[in-house]
Amino acid sequence: MKTGAKTLIEALRREGVDTIFGYPGGSVLPIYDELYDSSIRHILVRHEQAAAHAADGYARASGRVGVCLATSGPGACNLVTGIATAYMDSVSIVALTGQVPTGMLGNDAFQESDITGITMPVTKHNYLVKDVADLDRTVQEAFYIARTGRPGPVLIDLPKDVTTSHVKSGEAAPGPVSLRGYQPTYQGHVRQIDKALDLIARAERPLVYAGGGVVHSGASAELLEFAEATAIPVTTTLMGLGAVPGDHPLCLGMLGMHGTQSANYAVTECDLLIAVGVRFDDRVTGKIETFAPNAAIIHIDIDPAEIGKNRAVDVPIVGDVKAVLQALLRRMQKHGDTANWVARINTWKAQHPLRYRDDGRLRPQYIIRELSDLLKGEGIIASEVGQNQMWTALHYCFRKPRTWLTSGGLGTMGYGFPAAIGAHFARPDLPVVDVAGDGSFQMNIQELGTVAQYHIPVKVVILNNMYLGMVRQWQELFYDRRYSYTELPPVDFVKIANAYGIEGIRVEEKDGVREALSAALAADGPFVLDFRIEREENVFPMVPAGAAINEMIGVHQE
Amino acid sequence: MKSHTISVLVENRAGVLSRVAGMFSRRGFNIESLAVGTCEEPDMSRITIVVNGDGSVVEQVMKQTNKLIDVIKVSDLTERESVERELALIKVAAEPGTTRAEVLQIADIFRAQVVDVGAKTLVLQVAGDTDKIDALEKLLRQYGIKELVRTGKIAILRGAKTVKSSK
Repeated sequence: MKTGAKTLIEALRREGVDTIFGYPGGSVLPIYDELYDSSIRHILVRHEQAAAHAADGYARASGRVGVCLATSGPGACNLVTGIATAYMDSVSIVALTGQVPTGMLGNDAFQESDITGITMPVTKHNYLVKDVADLDRTVQEAFYIARTGRPGPVLIDLPKDVTTSHVKSGEAAPGPVSLRGYQPTYQGHVRQIDKALDLIARAERPLVYAGGGVVHSGASAELLEFAEATAIPVTTTLMGLGAVPGDHPLCLGMLGMHGTQSANYAVTECDLLIAVGVRFDDRVTGKIETFAPNAAIIHIDIDPAEIGKNRAVDVPIVGDVKAVLQALLRRMQKHGDTANWVARINTWKAQHPLRYRDDGRLRPQYIIRELSDLLKGEGIIASEVGQNQMWTALHYCFRKPRTWLTSGGLGTMGYGFPAAIGAHFARPDLPVVDVAGDGSFQMNIQELGTVAQYHIPVKVVILNNMYLGMVRQWQELFYDRRYSYTELPPVDFVKIANAYGIEGIRVEEKDGVREALSAALAADGPFVLDFRIEREENVFPMVPAGAAINEMIGVHQE
Repeated sequence: MKSHTISVLVENRAGVLSRVAGMFSRRGFNIESLAVGTCEEPDMSRITIVVNGDGSVVEQVMKQTNKLIDVIKVSDLTERESVERELALIKVAAEPGTTRAEVLQIADIFRAQVVDVGAKTLVLQVAGDTDKIDALEKLLRQYGIKELVRTGKIAILRGAKTVKSSK
């Protein structure tokens, strides 16, 4: 006879779980007691939201399923932002929550919340396990659902009596998962693939628009092979950065609201848009009617509901991006001549490089470029949300998939630091840097305690402008510089880091950047860099909300 | 914009109706009617949903519904040969005398059954398509409808074709 808690731990081991990010509490005591003796490493975060983001960072960096654990009620509710973040960006996590005993369910018991009800809109699926006999199978299904098809978060709610009661021993592990309501399509339809190839062969100005789906499906090599074989340029979404090397001649960088000019011009002028693992997000398309207005559209996605959701499509291909790209490569007989088109794009690239004012003052773009130069693509960058995120997306050269962790869909401030912690446990061999703003960093600043406790060598680069910078930028541009509640008082982040026993340096001059970054990267533990940047620096180019993506502002800044 | 009748075959589990209905409401799809019950397999249920929208809205409704793990099959019955029925129970004021006779006459024409008789009221049970029930309701209004309850529409394909689990 073994307890539900032991069954849970064994089931997690069977799924290959080596690390859990969590926070204990009354309802999960039986699980924590069992964890105490298990080979699974548990990282004690300082806030459950960070546990969910850390599991997410672990998943994005490794391609495996991240796991977080919280107690019932407030613990479970604190996971919600992290779960929603993972849902919007299609990240495989399994969230385990404690629940009051089954006999008290629905009684408004102490620390009870209907977490399956609360998370229904932000999980791919969720479970309330009412009988210990279902536990083993439920864990197996949850991991299967989280990692297959379009990845996503799955929550398992575990009443306390389920984890304490006993199951019959000697029961074999459940057989393979088969869910009649869930059978993702992996192989693209051959007829659609041939239709796509026909369009590709005839296109004069084709463009690949690649997103997070390429990273999730591990299809970077196939995408690059396809782009090179056909000489079709590639622009990526925020989530797709690193899917192709940022310095590849065919790469145009990011498109959309803060996209490069060359990418946004190319989208506007292309005659064929090959959308791969993307969802035509409004931050990408701008005014949807003017997005790729003259292009035929091929859309490859594993989720049929994404196809045609925001934009009508000429050739829909439902399937795994990797499998579909392989099929395209296998069946391709000829492709068009894109030499003129590539030349035109290269002219744009030469005429409109990303620029920023370099006047000797401490500019954030410079810091990111120095960081990029030092890491040379060998490392993992997490970001918070706002200007810091966009400067990193634009000025850091991502060369590999799974090296860029950012909250794209939900735009969650406070994501980056805990995600960086998770990424370290996924890839302890790589340096991990969180690029933060002073506002975002203060949203999960308590995790300094976690990195201190476990000596996690995450480096935090704070681009400190004492503003909620992106909101301030919008207020400057669209609200007549009325900076309503976006100014933050100065904070001595170095002292805060020191209080946790963590090293830190404040940098106020451009000259100190390289040295400070090098010192942080060389340190064997966590490190906080507080860069006091130009306060009213903006992210440009920018497409104002509701405009067409070739109608950028701030593009001629010198 | 037109009404579409969507048949959704789901796992017969706690919370599934809430998942389906919740998905509709949070995505802004307006449900006109919803009926749910067990079906020929004890481990499955069938939900019939009437939703209003143009083609692309309905396509998105169906795709999003299909994404739910507990949903086995989603079919739009609107353009297909199907039988649609709704059941209503109508409590109508019917004083003994002429009024009651008139109500009974109307009930007879609509093939509604009297399922309860009170001193001053009758309860009629009527099954049929939505138009028929609407028409009866309209006619009975002049006598005074005390209470009315409708099940929402259910639908089934004609002939040998079925909406079965195939995915």
